[in-house]
Amino acid sequence: MNLQLIIEETLTKGDKAFVPYIMAGDGGLETIKPTILKLQQLGVSAIEVGIPFTDPVADGPTIEKAGQRALSHGVTLKGILQELTSFADEIAVPLVAMTYLNPILAYGIEAFARNAYAAGIRGLIVPDMPLEESSILHPALKAQGIALVQLVSLTSPPERVKKLAAASEGFIYAITVNGTTGVRAEFAENLPAHFSELKRHSNVPVLAGFGISTPGQVKELSTFADGVIVGSQIVAALEKQDWATIESLVHAAKKVPIL
Amino acid sequence: MTTTKRRFGHFGGQFVPETLMTPLQELEDAYEEAKNDPEFQQELAYYLKQYVGRETPLYFAERLTKKMGGAKIYLKREDLNHTGAHKINNAIGQALLAKRMGKKKIVAETGAGQHGVATATACALLDMECIVYMGAEDVRRQQLNVFRMELLGTKVIAVEKGSATLKDAVNEALRHWVTHIEDTHYILGSALGPHPFPTIVRDFQRIIGDETRLQIVEQENRLPDAVIACIGGGSNAIGMFYPFIEDADVALYGIEAAGAGVDTNAHAAAIHVGKTGVLHGAFMYLLQDENGFIQEAHSISAGLDYPGVGPEHCHLHESGRAKYPSVTDEQALQGVKLLCETEGILPALESAHAIYYAAEFAKARPADEIIVVCLSGRGDKDVHTLIEKLGGGGQ
Repeated sequence: MNLQLIIEETLTKGDKAFVPYIMAGDGGLETIKPTILKLQQLGVSAIEVGIPFTDPVADGPTIEKAGQRALSHGVTLKGILQELTSFADEIAVPLVAMTYLNPILAYGIEAFARNAYAAGIRGLIVPDMPLEESSILHPALKAQGIALVQLVSLTSPPERVKKLAAASEGFIYAITVNGTTGVRAEFAENLPAHFSELKRHSNVPVLAGFGISTPGQVKELSTFADGVIVGSQIVAALEKQDWATIESLVHAAKKVPIL
Repeated sequence: MTTTKRRFGHFGGQFVPETLMTPLQELEDAYEEAKNDPEFQQELAYYLKQYVGRETPLYFAERLTKKMGGAKIYLKREDLNHTGAHKINNAIGQALLAKRMGKKKIVAETGAGQHGVATATACALLDMECIVYMGAEDVRRQQLNVFRMELLGTKVIAVEKGSATLKDAVNEALRHWVTHIEDTHYILGSALGPHPFPTIVRDFQRIIGDETRLQIVEQENRLPDAVIACIGGGSNAIGMFYPFIEDADVALYGIEAAGAGVDTNAHAAAIHVGKTGVLHGAFMYLLQDENGFIQEAHSISAGLDYPGVGPEHCHLHESGRAKYPSVTDEQALQGVKLLCETEGILPALESAHAIYYAAEFAKARPADEIIVVCLSGRGDKDVHTLIEKLGGGGQ
């Protein structure tokens, strides 16, 4: 199961990719399996699996609190990989792990890559490891076939955007706001131009993330992005087990006419 | 791990969200330009002399030396700087740099409050808006400094998350910076964080060591045998050490906070006990558990209460150029009393770690040896803690 191919398949069908973010172990390790199985049933393209960390500097308040809840349940990277591996044969969509670097360093880089692949993880996002520092993980990930997804921010100048777009694997995670994760009322004005620039320099799909919370925003961004990643809103809905909200968000990514 | 210009040996680096990469590059460019601009250096020198009160004395602590009965002890009096600690050297430097970059707002973290007060002071002086994040636990321990910052027109935000100390204040300051990147500069207070911060902070603090070098030669006609400074993140220590690094005969000692003891769970001795890892943008020694989760540091002194240590110190440790022993809470308290009683100087609890170590060190060395201790700050801010721990004050 290849992350990029699966997303491209979605696009071929005329849909946009929808990638929900979950904080693994929010509510305890045992919540991971039912959550993932139900999300894939709704027709998501991939699932971003957040690994809790004590000092999540890139996260906004909603995801940070979810991470604190997971930590209070004793959830660790090791526990999450074991849990995922226990039902890996039932996982039908690629998983993309999002973790800060230090838990991977403590786990051991080679062992992490091996065990993550066995757990169904096909992509990795490390929010505190920019491209310049990625050589520390990249060889081990490449050997296993795990795509290292690059984040591109609005503050990145054109030369850097080009470099990041060319280096990103699986998809490009295009940040749509300045700041941390979380719900926003508005996006930056220059987004459509930013996205067409990204697509021009990249061979992988370009997904929008950070600050996306309503079906309307999913549709709005889908007019120029290949899909969306929704984090805080999914995490908040999962906490309340509000599946209707999640369903409406997933649905908004289906069959959007391209302007 | 690959070595680049961003590193000290294999320590340091830029482990930050992508959104910060461009601002860090801009900061690096602006700093390089400022560093080589005589006008900027003149402006900085003007404020350091006329406003901060530099140079600070290198004082021969004769009674302390006599009491210990060994090597001569000199004190580098950073406590006599305006605002009472070495932190102002860096705060003024970075505030001037921010102004040059066209940034009108400043965000900072603070532990003991000394860096917060220094930053608030620089912002009042240069007419900039200032927000300081401070762990809620530290707000309680350092009320005097919180009030001082407020008087200076700074907004102090108490951070309740995590251990509610310096590490959590850094998290919040980083978050604030990421969200307000366009008009805000982050004045990091220690020799920590992503490149170029450890270098910038060291360069603004090296005046401590530069002055010391000239002063000791003037007074003793030679370099010291040992230089001693306390270390949390490590800004006063790196500022003191840096000009001596090439002098192989000058031993360098950075004193970590051992809290209740390095064999307990309550200490801040990241080099002594920690394993390498990544936090707040840098690869460094860290207090962490087997899962890579960051552990809470403990020290009686809020300024040393940090689970990591600046990357350049990590490198000096690994290369063996500097040594990093530790001093407990109890010993630091003894250091406070010792300096009060022998020299009439109330040191900050942070600096008292270095004082205690230096006193014991001097005792074991011959009388013809010379030791310089960085007295990084004064202890007025600690009187509440001291009353609690030592009794007295009418209680």
